[in-house]
Amino acid sequence: MKESAIKEIKGSAIYVEGNDIDTDRIIPARFMKCVTFDGLGDYLFYDVRYDSNRNNKEHPLNDHRYADASILISDNNFGCGSSREHAPQSIQKAGYNAVIAGSFAEIFFGNSTNLGIVCASVDDAGRKKIVEEIESDPSLLMTIDVENCLVKVGSIQVPFTIKKGARESLLSGRYDTLNELLEGDSDVEEVVANLEYIS
Amino acid sequence: MGKTLFEKVWEAHSVRELSNGQTQLLIGTHLIHEVTSPQAFGMLREKGLAVRYPNRTFATVDHIVPTNESAEPYSDGLAQAMIEELRKNCAENNITFFDTNTGKQGIVHIVGPEQGITQPGTTIACGDSHTSTHGAFGAIAFGIGTSQVRDVLATQTIALNQLKVRRINVNGQLAPGVYAKDVILHIIRVLGTNGGTGFAYEYGGEVFDRFSMEERMTVCNMSIEGGARVGYVNPDDTTFDYLRDRKYCPNGDEFESAITRWRAFASDSDCHYDDLVEIDANEIQPTVTWGINPSQGVGVNENIPTVESGGTQSERASIEEALEHMSFEGGSPVKGKKIDVAFLGSCTNGRLSDLQEVAQFLKGKKVAEGVKAIVVPGSQVVASIAKAQGLDEIYTEAGFEWRGAGCSMCLAMNPDKLIGDQLCASSSNRNFKGRQGSPTGRTMLMSPLMVAAAAITGEISDAREVFNF
Repeated sequence: MKESAIKEIKGSAIYVEGNDIDTDRIIPARFMKCVTFDGLGDYLFYDVRYDSNRNNKEHPLNDHRYADASILISDNNFGCGSSREHAPQSIQKAGYNAVIAGSFAEIFFGNSTNLGIVCASVDDAGRKKIVEEIESDPSLLMTIDVENCLVKVGSIQVPFTIKKGARESLLSGRYDTLNELLEGDSDVEEVVANLEYIS
Repeated sequence: MGKTLFEKVWEAHSVRELSNGQTQLLIGTHLIHEVTSPQAFGMLREKGLAVRYPNRTFATVDHIVPTNESAEPYSDGLAQAMIEELRKNCAENNITFFDTNTGKQGIVHIVGPEQGITQPGTTIACGDSHTSTHGAFGAIAFGIGTSQVRDVLATQTIALNQLKVRRINVNGQLAPGVYAKDVILHIIRVLGTNGGTGFAYEYGGEVFDRFSMEERMTVCNMSIEGGARVGYVNPDDTTFDYLRDRKYCPNGDEFESAITRWRAFASDSDCHYDDLVEIDANEIQPTVTWGINPSQGVGVNENIPTVESGGTQSERASIEEALEHMSFEGGSPVKGKKIDVAFLGSCTNGRLSDLQEVAQFLKGKKVAEGVKAIVVPGSQVVASIAKAQGLDEIYTEAGFEWRGAGCSMCLAMNPDKLIGDQLCASSSNRNFKGRQGSPTGRTMLMSPLMVAAAAITGEISDAREVFNF
């Protein structure tokens, strides 16, 4: 697959409040009984969105004003817990291209970047401003400018941070690592030859 | 200046720098299981790629395996489909599979060490965040996502940023009744769930020097619960004694030369750490979590915090959310909370020494009425040795259900689940909302002996009192 460069993300946004939103919350383990990632979008935040009879609970994802959102906003340590790629897969398949949070758990960040999901870290004050804007008008279009590390929405713009390598991968379109790793095969053979437990 | 083990292993496995500045790192040993690998094999097929080093990947099945039925097809068709998919992928690609009929199947983080696949100075990856367990041997072990499982299968490498290293010293003496599980719950309580982001944790000090390999594994296992993707202990004689005569380790003279090689990977005495944390072992209590992340723990004789005790608005919000989910009152004692289920097992605490430690106290005791207590050996090897030692009888006589090997109620991808808002005393690693299979289910994490104490009294109890320490 040839990816294209991700220089900016545009779309409306939704705020899912809370620190330490873990991967079991993002997608409960029982929905991982599958051999493909197809259809995982339906299970995003399942147990906090629905009761046991699949009736809607009060949750931003059930609020029709945010139905078109493609940018997810949350708080600190987003995606902590499991290494399951099912979590960012469900986010992407539910139509989100970017996550803005205070901070990200490391494995989640890597998995998301690999899929081309932009993970932008914005401090508490910045997120507060962004959330106030979108809650005053949920239809507002937001721009995540990856080149300049800025989130722009309504009349405001706030800076975000992102790991340098991740930003470069998004901008160059080489966020899916496989092709570049395959190119290193002869170097791999050399390293393998020096490791007694492998060779 | 000397180097840390992390730096030495990283250098030995670095292939080259990638265009985004990350390192292409060789993964010497790859472990796979049924949940996070099928999509990776699917991606390979789609791209027409082969498995590059099939003899460096080892597979087992653990997450979805039922622990109360062994005949196939399983009652759960999805579980059956997953095990069959793994069988097919391993057979097609010549990958060693510790299947259910081999006597070696079990939780991947128990099987690797037990078979001697996990070795010092190596890099290990697995599509499971508790891969940090293998760091107990002085390996650098990463939990990875499915796209990276694909990368390892196709190239035997992944793209990574180098981590900083935080040395965590635990010196002093652990009191009787205080275990490795309490050490890691205490560390996470002190450093927080995201304190380890960007770090590898190097555990050391007198307590780790004395620890057995199984105790070291318990601590390294939960590194990720503190945000650290990697946790490790420097290899020493305890490590080498454990590995001697294991199936996938070198034999005879080769083992002796391997020891020389392995020992050289240990951090040098004059190495630089990016951060240093000192923990006093004497201060660690039997620890119990009261909330919905593993840092929300207290000593068994302490009270659950009040919302007002949170230092910041966001801490207060976290406490409030946790108390609401757990139906606990802030300021109330953690001791005395009535439990419904006791779960003894998982990659954190499902090893032979865990089962032995509890069994010696369990003789003559009975599980409280109304409590469902299950014990799930971490692997078929653990189960078989435990049975030979008569441990299964001790457990069943006390009223525990003795089950087959697997992940079981740690994450409830098999039939072992909480029902409704049941409260579970659990020796596992995560107390997230819904983790044990019911969205409203409640989990309290603790050491295996504390789980047994809760099972017997029907409520959270101090094991030292229940078992007359």
